[in-house]
Amino acid sequence: MNIQGENKTQNRIYSLLPLWIVVGIFMIGPLLVMAVVSLMESNVYGGVHFKFSLSGYRQILFDTNLFDEIEFNPAYLIIIGRSFMLALVATFISLLIGFPAAYFISRQSNRVKNILIFLVTIPFWTNLLIRTFAWIIILGKGGVIESSFNFFGLLDEESSLNLMYTNSAILIGLVYSYLPLMVLPIYASMEKMDLRLLEAATDLYSNRIELIRKIILPLSMPGIIGGSILVFVPCLGAFIAPDLLGGGKKLLLGSLIQFQFSYARNWPFGAAMAMFLLALVILVLIFNARLNRKHREYASQK
Amino acid sequence: MLAKNKKTKFRYVWNFPGFGGWTAIFFGFLYVPIFVLVCYSFNSSKFAMIWTGFSFRWYAKLFSNDDIQTATINSLIVAFAAAPLATIIATFSALALVRGGEFRFREFSNGLITLPLMVPEIVTAVATLIFFASLGINFGLINVIIAHTVFCIPFAFMPIKAALEAMDPNLELAARDLYSDKTSTFKTITLPLLTPGILSGFMLAFVISIDDFIITLMVAGGGSTTLPVYIYSMVKMGVSPEVNAVSSLMLGFSIFIVSLYWFFNRKINN
Repeated sequence: MNIQGENKTQNRIYSLLPLWIVVGIFMIGPLLVMAVVSLMESNVYGGVHFKFSLSGYRQILFDTNLFDEIEFNPAYLIIIGRSFMLALVATFISLLIGFPAAYFISRQSNRVKNILIFLVTIPFWTNLLIRTFAWIIILGKGGVIESSFNFFGLLDEESSLNLMYTNSAILIGLVYSYLPLMVLPIYASMEKMDLRLLEAATDLYSNRIELIRKIILPLSMPGIIGGSILVFVPCLGAFIAPDLLGGGKKLLLGSLIQFQFSYARNWPFGAAMAMFLLALVILVLIFNARLNRKHREYASQK
Repeated sequence: MLAKNKKTKFRYVWNFPGFGGWTAIFFGFLYVPIFVLVCYSFNSSKFAMIWTGFSFRWYAKLFSNDDIQTATINSLIVAFAAAPLATIIATFSALALVRGGEFRFREFSNGLITLPLMVPEIVTAVATLIFFASLGINFGLINVIIAHTVFCIPFAFMPIKAALEAMDPNLELAARDLYSDKTSTFKTITLPLLTPGILSGFMLAFVISIDDFIITLMVAGGGSTTLPVYIYSMVKMGVSPEVNAVSSLMLGFSIFIVSLYWFFNRKINN
């Protein structure tokens, strides 16, 4: 028995070894190296000068002016604020669009349900870059929206609605990118819902609004929270939507980080920004875990 | 009369007026951009945005574009290397985690698998870039393959884990009772039953690798451009109708593989 037990432990370790090695070296390794680089001095010619310095982090808030004085620079704070706002609004809009859709899908027959859920997941598996780029054709100058306005005589040939390169365009891109991630968890929690509760409430003279507010909403709360996290987190670090639809003018956290590595070549600052984003995401995930635990405790008390 | 009314109300109590229409709008929002893109790829005009007539011209042009062909080949090489690697790692991990019972590194291993999903993709991308650059690892496509393998593991893992959990462990026990040794039980019982799950995992990993853009953009050096990175550079230079054509083909390819996966899984479940 003992020998067999030992054998089993060894087997487990052998079969998990590839995972530990690959993810350990090529995922945790890079994150650690990035943490180190964020604490280094930047090299004028790009790359890293291996000397300890907090300048990467200091640069998020302060700037050195022409006279070598350190002064407060709100530019990056504005970008962080904008990322936060856009991610929050995108999450809220996704919830507004996704909630009724998830409910409607969850009340269909099994066959229809499966097909509809499949249709929700398809965009998730297709190329995000291409799907976002499609919005340029729709929103852009002379695109689908403008040419239909032209057609109905609402807009003359020369003028433009200037839909692109705005916060709204980025917002549309963000909602469009991550909407399926909102619908799926909400659907999952609604599907398990006991419909007799709705019947009982109706028998007790609840109207439809009360049904939603007092039964459907509380019971699908785990899905709503899960979906909101799944949308909020990638929105916070989004790169494609702000880059293509914001035209690189309206930077968000994700596009700012990419910019530091592709063009500005200030690696320590870029790494510090990435660490900051990572810390934000970890905070959100811890918050989520807390909420989940509370919910579970609450459910088990009942 | 009253009773009948009450009955109808009772039956439809969980249907809300307007939700169906709202869901239609929701699906419209998801699919209209894709539809528009595909339509415009058949546009004969030289300007991507203005419709002048139907034509296959841009598709024909793709076949004479060497850069697109090189990028496509690169994408396929990466996906055909990274997806099997990720699937193998995911299969072994799933076997240990689902069948291994409780053991010390369980939570840790689960965490490692989900880590690539938790970390924002842009952070993974720049961290991998810094890592390769500071260690001087510069093997062109191999860098991209390594990065993709790590990122594809969780996607390959999910269907394999689901298939293992759905499998009846009694079948393996029965084989063992009938004096089949461990290896042959694995070969004749576990592996054949798990094959659909492994194939599903492979397909998902493949699609994720083919479609990946951000990690590839940061990690790939000059000679190892993949198709999405090439499409990005074309879009940045200005929307050309060729982009619409190659993008439509890519979308069609992904949708085809995912549909395959779906039908495949439905068959297993039935």
